[in-house]
Amino acid sequence: MSNVVLREQFSILHIPFAFISASEVLIIDPIPNNVLPTLLTSLKKYGIELLENQKSINLQKIKDTIIDLVNLEDNLPTTKISTFLAEKLNLSYTSISNIFSELTHTNIEYFIILQRIEKAKMLILEDNLSFTEIAWKLNYSSLAHFSGQFKKVTGLTPSYFKKIVRKRKTETNNN
Amino acid sequence: MSKNHNTIVLLVDDDLDDRLFFQESFEEIKIDTTVHLLKDGKELMDHLEDPSHKLPDIIFLDLNMPILSGMDCLVKIRKNILWKDIAVAIYSTSSSETDVENSFINGANIYIKKPNNFDQLRKILSEVIMINWQYQTSGLNRDNFILNIK
Repeated sequence: MSNVVLREQFSILHIPFAFISASEVLIIDPIPNNVLPTLLTSLKKYGIELLENQKSINLQKIKDTIIDLVNLEDNLPTTKISTFLAEKLNLSYTSISNIFSELTHTNIEYFIILQRIEKAKMLILEDNLSFTEIAWKLNYSSLAHFSGQFKKVTGLTPSYFKKIVRKRKTETNNN
Repeated sequence: MSKNHNTIVLLVDDDLDDRLFFQESFEEIKIDTTVHLLKDGKELMDHLEDPSHKLPDIIFLDLNMPILSGMDCLVKIRKNILWKDIAVAIYSTSSSETDVENSFINGANIYIKKPNNFDQLRKILSEVIMINWQYQTSGLNRDNFILNIK
């Protein structure tokens, strides 16, 4: 049934295709961006959706939103991250969290922590702010909380990280 | 339409038991991996230089090996422009501050103190592979990729 539909729709839109098996179709050339929405709309009428693709698009949006959030210079949102993401992406936090876990082998909370620590590393290396200021800037409740999370994720204290990366740089420059 | 990124892993360890232990630990890791076991630094260099092999995403290096030590291998890897993006995990029984520090300064990304029980090893490896995968797929800065696991 769906094979007939696909055959018909692909022909209408002049998309070259080949059936590999009864349930697998190979699209020979990449589908142009201007044709894709039309194809998806026509297929949707028959209940056919590009599931994996839609999920990957959502995943990318989720990741981008988290990275933007972590990189906001000031005016960090006062709401909880989960509420912020749900509003921004117009999806429930449960779906966001499920999509994330399904496609990344990890969970969204860990990804947010990882991104914040990554940002902290960059700020440490820029060397303009004290650890307390960095903790404040990244919305940690205290220096102790920041240092604790940094240590938990990297296995190093912020000051030891700073020392090592500096030594590594001098070492590479000397070689 | 899913993109399956297969992570290629090399383990270099002169101890046969450790190699087998390591390989077994990988069997339950969720991320798709291909593991190659090598027994010394010379085999590692030959493996990396052989153009028919795909470059690995991560190398686990035992620190104490005869002839070419883990540290020597690390230095060689970081000096080669083609290999500089490979994540290197030092995997050692030593937990001395000097070993940890020198490994990081010479460009190691991860320092793992070899655990002596199987469950712990499996947990550690799973964490390392997952975080390395995050660095590959989420645009994190590899220069800042430093992880110490005790």
